[in-house]
Amino acid sequence: MKLKSNKLYKIASLLAMGVTSLLHAEEYPTAEVNTTGLAVTDDTVTVGQLHSITGTMAISETGSVEAERLAIEQINAMGGVLGRQIKVIQEDGASDWPTFAEKSKKLIIQDKVACVFGCWTSASRKAVLPIFEKENNMLYYPTFYEGLEDSKNVIYTGQEATQQIIYGLDWAYETLGTRTFYLIGSDYIWPRTSMKIARNHIERVLKAKDPKCKVVGEEYYPLGHTNFRSLINKVKLKKPDLMFTAVVGGSNVAWYKQLTSAGVTSDKYNMLTISTTEDEVLGIGGENCEGFYSSMKYFQSIDTEDNKAFVKAFKERWGEDSVVGDVTQAAYLGPWLWKKTVEKAGSFDIDKIAAASSGIEFSNAPEGYVRIHDTNHHLWSKSKIGKFLKNGQFEIVSTSDELIEPNPYPEGYQ
Amino acid sequence: MFAEYSFEEIKSILIMQSFGGLSLLCIYVLMGLGLYVVFGQMGVINMAHAEFLVIGSYTMCLASKFVVDHMPTFINHYLWIAIPLSFGVAFLVGWIVEWLLISRLYKRPLDTLLATWGLSLIMQQCFRTFIGAREMSATLPDWLMGSWAPTDTIDIPINGLVILATTIILTTGLVIFTRKTRWGLRMRSTSQNRDMSQALGINTKVTDRFTFALACGISGIGGAFLTTVASTSPTAGTAYIVDAFLVLVLGGLGSLFGLVISAGFLALLSSILEFFMTGSMAKVWLYLIIFIVLAKFTKGLFSSKVRT
Repeated sequence: MKLKSNKLYKIASLLAMGVTSLLHAEEYPTAEVNTTGLAVTDDTVTVGQLHSITGTMAISETGSVEAERLAIEQINAMGGVLGRQIKVIQEDGASDWPTFAEKSKKLIIQDKVACVFGCWTSASRKAVLPIFEKENNMLYYPTFYEGLEDSKNVIYTGQEATQQIIYGLDWAYETLGTRTFYLIGSDYIWPRTSMKIARNHIERVLKAKDPKCKVVGEEYYPLGHTNFRSLINKVKLKKPDLMFTAVVGGSNVAWYKQLTSAGVTSDKYNMLTISTTEDEVLGIGGENCEGFYSSMKYFQSIDTEDNKAFVKAFKERWGEDSVVGDVTQAAYLGPWLWKKTVEKAGSFDIDKIAAASSGIEFSNAPEGYVRIHDTNHHLWSKSKIGKFLKNGQFEIVSTSDELIEPNPYPEGYQ
Repeated sequence: MFAEYSFEEIKSILIMQSFGGLSLLCIYVLMGLGLYVVFGQMGVINMAHAEFLVIGSYTMCLASKFVVDHMPTFINHYLWIAIPLSFGVAFLVGWIVEWLLISRLYKRPLDTLLATWGLSLIMQQCFRTFIGAREMSATLPDWLMGSWAPTDTIDIPINGLVILATTIILTTGLVIFTRKTRWGLRMRSTSQNRDMSQALGINTKVTDRFTFALACGISGIGGAFLTTVASTSPTAGTAYIVDAFLVLVLGGLGSLFGLVISAGFLALLSSILEFFMTGSMAKVWLYLIIFIVLAKFTKGLFSSKVRT
């Protein structure tokens, strides 16, 4: 008898749940929320995921794939978007930019996905951008990047260059007393544009405060370069107060290891990087970067309940050994921002989402409160400076007081 | 450029830069050594060569991970086991590869090129599937990190010294092995004339298999030491293979002496260029100069004396 009533209770509650979600979906009939023929049915909505799972970028993009999946699963567990469960079609960009373009065409034209979470390098974003604009779809892009872009069809959940760089340089000027800078980067668009902004800020803004401020060296090395001994000797000769670096990928590991082995450690030199997150430190080894600094908007060690819950969920889903870096967190924001936008617009239509994105808030994001800008598709966010610890985590030594405005077309910096 | 610096500073930088060049020479030799054995002794161009370097690196990384996880007190000494292990694993894989693939293709050199290239792609995907796409690096013992500072302004990397010693030991070891031992004699006679050696009672099949596996094993050791300067990822080999071939081709394809000299030439050139130019421009000039040298000496700096 008892068993029976238990069963009855279960059936009743299941029915109730079904009815509520049905009701929820019925409030938004498919014909109304989807007027442009996207892959939306009465109980599902299909989205695309487009990252490199193979090739050289797989190392970096894996974290983003995992974070987006986690967010989508959490949203589905809460009842989905407008009462519809999210289905994912994942494609592999294979670290090859034309492949990215081709796969994005497939996702948009053939699969008619409601939006795409994807891309990592600027090169892959530039490759798919014309397709998203022509076919009118929406890309949620997670990486911090060089700015100088603002498309109706992209939401940039990472920081654009000025948010990351200017705060970092000002902090070094104030806190470390830095006056001479050595700029070092991998040789492609993001580091070059970033260093252009950095040089401009040093020579225009910081120099106005103290005429001693100057750039003593600026160098770029090919992607994948692993021999930095000559560069290290040049740094030793010029003795800059700060090495400001944007070295990426496999080069990163060689760079830090060779610094340590050449005696360039944090007790004698300062370094501020805009490219090294917890993900990279896994490969570099904490002992090789201990004491240097990184300028990001997110570190895994942020001490808030929201972040702890996120890190815990991430580790439960993807393994105890996994770490969360800046881009991984930004990728996690994508599906949530999309859900909030769709609910605000009451529609999956791309034009309505593009318009409704302005001012979308996510107040319990792991990094803290963020908001999409009113006039561009970037996020207001707080910049932070983290100090590398030996265990591969960061001690956050500074957080900007205010949210920093995204400014993809900075005046005077171009 | 130098006016504002003291003589002492410039002297220190010059010494460190020279040592940097020497380290680079060693790395080039380590990269090219296995390729040289396979090509110089067997006439096989092994496009999967770099993946054997990567096998060595991964063995080292996994060994260090195991030690860190299970017996952290052993961390200062695990190198002595990890390096022979890198050799062993690469040797074993080389043995199997020769048996399954290369041995069937000795009479078809062009097919070997294609087959080993395919093999390199298969191996890359295996690394990615079974070990993971993320970059790995070995935890080094404390004594291998940091630098030795003979004066206040000079820092000599300790891992550079270790790599230097390894390169000298491996190279001289290889010379002694091929010149002074029975196995070496069999290797050389097989490479000079396979049919005649067979007629004289040398088991050329086993000799070939051993030579190939030995070359892979040497690459494994090279790879193990490369983890002290850079990281390992499934596709790390694609960066090594260019340098390895460059050194070998420039050195004349078949001579160990040529290999060392061309490694020295490349190291010297890139150290000088990188010091006076920015990184990317130095690379452009480096390849341009190599191009000119190869156009002038079409058979490399030291062409092989071995009849083929």
